Amino acid sequence: MNRYYFDHNATTPVADEVLAALNLVLREAIGNPSSVHQEGQFARHRVEEARHRTASLLGCAPEEIVFTSGGTEANNLALLGAVRASGNLSRHVITTAIEHPAVLNACGRLEREGVLVTYVKAPASGAVDPDDIRREIRPETVLISVMHANNETGALQPVEAIGRLAREMGVLFHVDGVQAAGKAAIDVKQIPADLYSISGHKIYAPKGAGALYVRKGVKLEPLQYGGRHERQRRAGTENVPGVAAMGEAADLARRLLGQEIPRQEGLRDRLERGILDRVRHAAVNAGVAHRIANTTSIRVDGIDGEALVIALDLRGFAVSSGSACSSGAVEPSHVLLAMGLSPEQARSSIRFSLGRQNTAEQVDALIDAVAGCAAHLRRLSPAYSHV
Amino acid sequence: MSESLIAVAMSGGVDSSTAAGMLHRSGQPIAGFTMQLWNQRRLPELSAEGATGRCCSLDDVYDARAVAQYLGIPYYVLNFEGLFEEQVVKPFIRDYLAGRTPIPCTLCNNHVKFDRFLDVARAVGADRIATGHYARLRVSSETGRYQLLRSVDAAKDQTYFLFGLTQEQLSRSLFPLGEYTKRQVRLLASDLGLPVAEKDDSQEICFVPNGDYAQFIEAYFREQGISLDVAAGEIVTTSGRVIGEHTGVHRFTVGQRKGLGVATGEPLYVIATDTTSRRVVVGRNEELLSPGFRASQFNWVSMSPPAAPLRAQVRIRNKHIPAAATVTPDGEGRVIVRFDEPQRAVTPGQAAVCYDGDLVLGGGWIEQGWIE
Repeated sequence: MNRYYFDHNATTPVADEVLAALNLVLREAIGNPSSVHQEGQFARHRVEEARHRTASLLGCAPEEIVFTSGGTEANNLALLGAVRASGNLSRHVITTAIEHPAVLNACGRLEREGVLVTYVKAPASGAVDPDDIRREIRPETVLISVMHANNETGALQPVEAIGRLAREMGVLFHVDGVQAAGKAAIDVKQIPADLYSISGHKIYAPKGAGALYVRKGVKLEPLQYGGRHERQRRAGTENVPGVAAMGEAADLARRLLGQEIPRQEGLRDRLERGILDRVRHAAVNAGVAHRIANTTSIRVDGIDGEALVIALDLRGFAVSSGSACSSGAVEPSHVLLAMGLSPEQARSSIRFSLGRQNTAEQVDALIDAVAGCAAHLRRLSPAYSHV
Repeated sequence: MSESLIAVAMSGGVDSSTAAGMLHRSGQPIAGFTMQLWNQRRLPELSAEGATGRCCSLDDVYDARAVAQYLGIPYYVLNFEGLFEEQVVKPFIRDYLAGRTPIPCTLCNNHVKFDRFLDVARAVGADRIATGHYARLRVSSETGRYQLLRSVDAAKDQTYFLFGLTQEQLSRSLFPLGEYTKRQVRLLASDLGLPVAEKDDSQEICFVPNGDYAQFIEAYFREQGISLDVAAGEIVTTSGRVIGEHTGVHRFTVGQRKGLGVATGEPLYVIATDTTSRRVVVGRNEELLSPGFRASQFNWVSMSPPAAPLRAQVRIRNKHIPAAATVTPDGEGRVIVRFDEPQRAVTPGQAAVCYDGDLVLGGGWIEQGWIE
């Protein structure tokens, strides 16, 4: 059976160019970047080249990039690192209810350390209101953390307005950019952000590498202790292949952005139109928001999203709904619930996230499959009344 | 999408894994599903260290997934926690508090496995479901009805828990293990190379980790922040003599001998519990004997409801040897069962299942109150 992958916000396949670069580094960069000898120097060059390329994607200086094991570590380092380094006795953090668990659960950890955290709600539009953030700022506020693009709805958050606000109030601003990298133009100086997280495997690099932009002058308490790697902000021998692959992927993403944004937006709009035309009582969540080009969250009233995901998977289409808990079972999306959807509406929502390899033909096949599965599910829907 | 896809309920245990392995070997397209029914991180005070076979633990999901990967079949975990709590756990607790001894497995079969799971299976494009139950199915050549029969392994037979199924449910169910003994199933599991072939059998009530249901009920109430009215009461003999005190009626079940906390010359057994007077009635073993009982919500699983009394062998708990009886239907879903010989410990809340040899005729729920 043909497989069609429409879950690029979960992860992306490794790009051919990245695979070639990875292969080269795995074979040739045998040294430890901290070593004196030429093998070490070669590996160091690969890491620093990747740092330049990653910095170019974000619009910062190379020395402002800290490599991590991925987006989760970047977010943890930003939140725990910056707040712990702030030194204040009573500390306050502002974030939003629609953040990724890597931010929400890091905030939960801070709360257990005595930090007060405010979770600002998002309206049904899917984008937080900067004024809601402004109202929460108090003298003890040390950090604001807001994602650039939401992973489930694709809604772009007003990070520029919040960034200016934070700068004005002398508060650090962290942006979780994991879902924006490679899908929207990023300029961390323009935002302005003090901390910005990205993940390699969301931009066609392998799992296991990420980066945190740390504006020059921002102090971070490290999460782990060891050698003096990454300017003493992240101990541990650099993941040379992972970092080099991410650098290659960052370079590729920067070059492809101009053509891929309009192309994927066209496919996404075609998908939305196709589904809304053919499936009654379907609606786009956060459809009014400015969104990244590849994402749509569609709710089909009266249909169990979990069943629809499985039915589509068995027909060859990889899509997602909600977020997987530890066992792999699906729970209703906290993002959609925070936007004011009912648990039933959240459970009837499906996320499609497109990528570079998706074509119009694939999108049309997906529309057919969704319409077919939805009709089948609706025929059985009296059985769903007790859900 | 194949028309004949079968959705296999996989718990991660030997039985359901073998059922999946057998269907897969026969060349039928299958997909595996684990129902996440209960979160074991709830009520942490009950978690027995090193306990295995607890339902829905991450270990069980891991095992089910490993079997699915080994077979190369699609595999999904379904979150039924909310449904299970409403349809199984809460009624289980309500029954105990009302002085009955419930059977959660039957509620789970009726409301979760053969209802919601079948719905999801059909929704995702499967025609039928398969489970690792020890039971057999056939279509009657005379009536065209689906009939439920006992497993060839009398010791493992699970028809006592399956009497509530409808014809529609039976027509969409497969029990691949019904023709095999447990011993043969273990051999089949090794033969198939299943990674769980050596795994221990699971316990009876999956969500009560150490089998102490009273402790479970008390912990559940604490979690819900509701004070459980577990007022102490009297232990009385059948002649009305008070011989001691107990700490809560829900801690006692008919036929129970241990844990009464009263010392007398002869062994005493719980004869009945009365939640209104908070009395636990105890007596001698012979006093547990009962000539019959009334059962409600009776489902004639393999036949159309009879108009006249019929003879059957009636099982009143899972390990009970079915006893000869006359079963008289009242035409409104209830029956009166009169045993040929009085039976010990007829327990309200348990099921009464009627057999004709291997054929399961039907079953219902034993009601409170004696018949003379």
